[in-house]
Amino acid sequence: MLVWSRAGRTVAWAVLALLVGVIYALPAVIIILASITGQWNGVLPSHFTLQHYANALHGSSAAMLRASIVTGLLASGLALVNGSWAALALRNTRPLPRRVLDIVFFIPSAVPSVSVGLGLLVAFSRPPLLLNGTLAIVFVAHFVLVSAYSYGNVSAGLSRITPDYEQVAESLGARPWYRLRRVTLPLLLPYLIAAFSLSFALSMGELGATVMVYPPGWVTLPVGIFGITDRGAVFDGSALTVLLAVTALAVLIALSRIPIKAAQR
Amino acid sequence: MAEAVLGHPAAAPGLSVPFTGPDAAHRGIGYEGVAVAYKGTTVLADFTLAVRPGEIMALIGPSGSGKTTALRVTAGFVRPIRGRVHIGGRDVTDLPPYARSIGMVVQNYALFPHMPAYENVAFGLRARRALEATIREQVAACLRMVGMESFAKRYPRELSGGQQQRVAIARALAIRPQVLLLDEPLSALDAQIRLTMLEELSRLHRSLPTLTVIYVTHDQTEALTLADRIGIMRDGRLVALGDCQGLYRRPPNRFAAEFLGRANLLPVTVEAEDAASGLARVRFGAVSLMVRRNPEVTAGQAALLCIRPHDLRLDPPGPSANSLAASVSEVRWKGDLHDVGFEIDEHRLRLTAAPLRAPPEAGALVNFYFAPEDATLIPEERRG
Repeated sequence: MLVWSRAGRTVAWAVLALLVGVIYALPAVIIILASITGQWNGVLPSHFTLQHYANALHGSSAAMLRASIVTGLLASGLALVNGSWAALALRNTRPLPRRVLDIVFFIPSAVPSVSVGLGLLVAFSRPPLLLNGTLAIVFVAHFVLVSAYSYGNVSAGLSRITPDYEQVAESLGARPWYRLRRVTLPLLLPYLIAAFSLSFALSMGELGATVMVYPPGWVTLPVGIFGITDRGAVFDGSALTVLLAVTALAVLIALSRIPIKAAQR
Repeated sequence: MAEAVLGHPAAAPGLSVPFTGPDAAHRGIGYEGVAVAYKGTTVLADFTLAVRPGEIMALIGPSGSGKTTALRVTAGFVRPIRGRVHIGGRDVTDLPPYARSIGMVVQNYALFPHMPAYENVAFGLRARRALEATIREQVAACLRMVGMESFAKRYPRELSGGQQQRVAIARALAIRPQVLLLDEPLSALDAQIRLTMLEELSRLHRSLPTLTVIYVTHDQTEALTLADRIGIMRDGRLVALGDCQGLYRRPPNRFAAEFLGRANLLPVTVEAEDAASGLARVRFGAVSLMVRRNPEVTAGQAALLCIRPHDLRLDPPGPSANSLAASVSEVRWKGDLHDVGFEIDEHRLRLTAAPLRAPPEAGALVNFYFAPEDATLIPEERRG
């Protein structure tokens, strides 16, 4: 404990509550309020309605939500497989190639996502690989953006697992595939879940690259929210935002409930 | 004597190599000139050793001496840059670890945390696609052997250190390996449980007499208690090898004398030898002493006289006992023994004995004694 006096602790808690309230809670409360507001002219809303949610759950908004979920699940799933594969393959390589590939994985997360979108647009707008205007380019954009997090999480997990487990498994007669399936991946499960959760959450909120590459008929929810609020429908946009957050949160809670025996050491 | 003091020629010039050819060596474990290097640094050099079938061979040495590397070479986790490894008559040098039929227990046990004890023990059998009935039977037998049958459903996190160790041993034995590799398996246990586990390992080996065991440790007590033979390693080389008593009573070099137990070492010159009695007369300063003869040290040569602390006495053990006068530097009572420090000239010696009724005072000048057969000569040129 850093602060020992009762008064000091009270002050520390008060400062923390203020910071959390202003930075995290207030914007969330405002959006939630806006999503059920019919009219907001003063300091507080003057009229409440659920019409914005009714709008959000019908027509194009529902399609946007579906597009976001499908894109998030697919891109995160692919990134998880790819990131795990890369992390497993690279852990025993020499430092230089590993560092080079680390950079390759992490560059997309270090540049603005709109630049990633632009890069993909330029790269895949001409034959032989023409992806512009297809669903595939959206998945590729999300896959590129979230791959760093999958790779990073799995690499961190691998570095924390002592090689003894795998070596003992090998000595007992486990061939590489059996060892991977029965020992390595179960031990990595907490990190795999964390990697997928983070990737999914990022994908659900991704706007910059998507807005550059999305084809007609595959508008994700963030793009939709951006469009709706840009047209002045702030309350409808807020309802969609709440819907997006609740969906992402539901998926994350479901993932967190997967039993992880290896983590309960 | 000859068998007890073998090491590698490069480590100790003049020592013969213990490896006696494929017939004798390869039925157990055989290492022929095995060398391992990491990034140009040699961590195991020309390691040659024959472990007999059913034998417990302890490899001891300080950190970085190469003992764990030798174990990892056996398991196949490290590939030697030179030399061959044989297990049960088969050259396994180029085989992957999973094809070597080896049971292994490591320092932290490495029980799979996501499996209960039963599944941990069954792991090797399932990996080898054994029939379910065989798995049930074998797992039950192994858990029973280590006294853990009632803990089969427990996860490793629900077991104590000693229980985890038992499960790890059962897991290693379930595949009926030819060879069991134990890498400091007791170092994570507290002193009392360690003693119990040592006894259990000893009992276990008596019930599996054909199992060849390599036991890596830095704890000399574990090695002396459990092993049939001990190999002492230093700087990646095997510097001494022999049966426990022989190596302890007649260490081949200074390093072996000081690493395996405590040793009083005095510089002496051999004056005369008597092959018939097996004794030699040596000179320490102005004093002549009779000690056990070492054929490798001849008259006129300098040598180190090695006497274990418990072989020194404050009363003469017999009429032929040697006597030296020394001043007492310290006296320590340790419950079940007294530890007395002496100084002769610039040499420090130590005597341990059952609690003394009248221990000497620090600073007092006393005579101490030792029997000729309790003192051995170490060639001076092999000084570690």
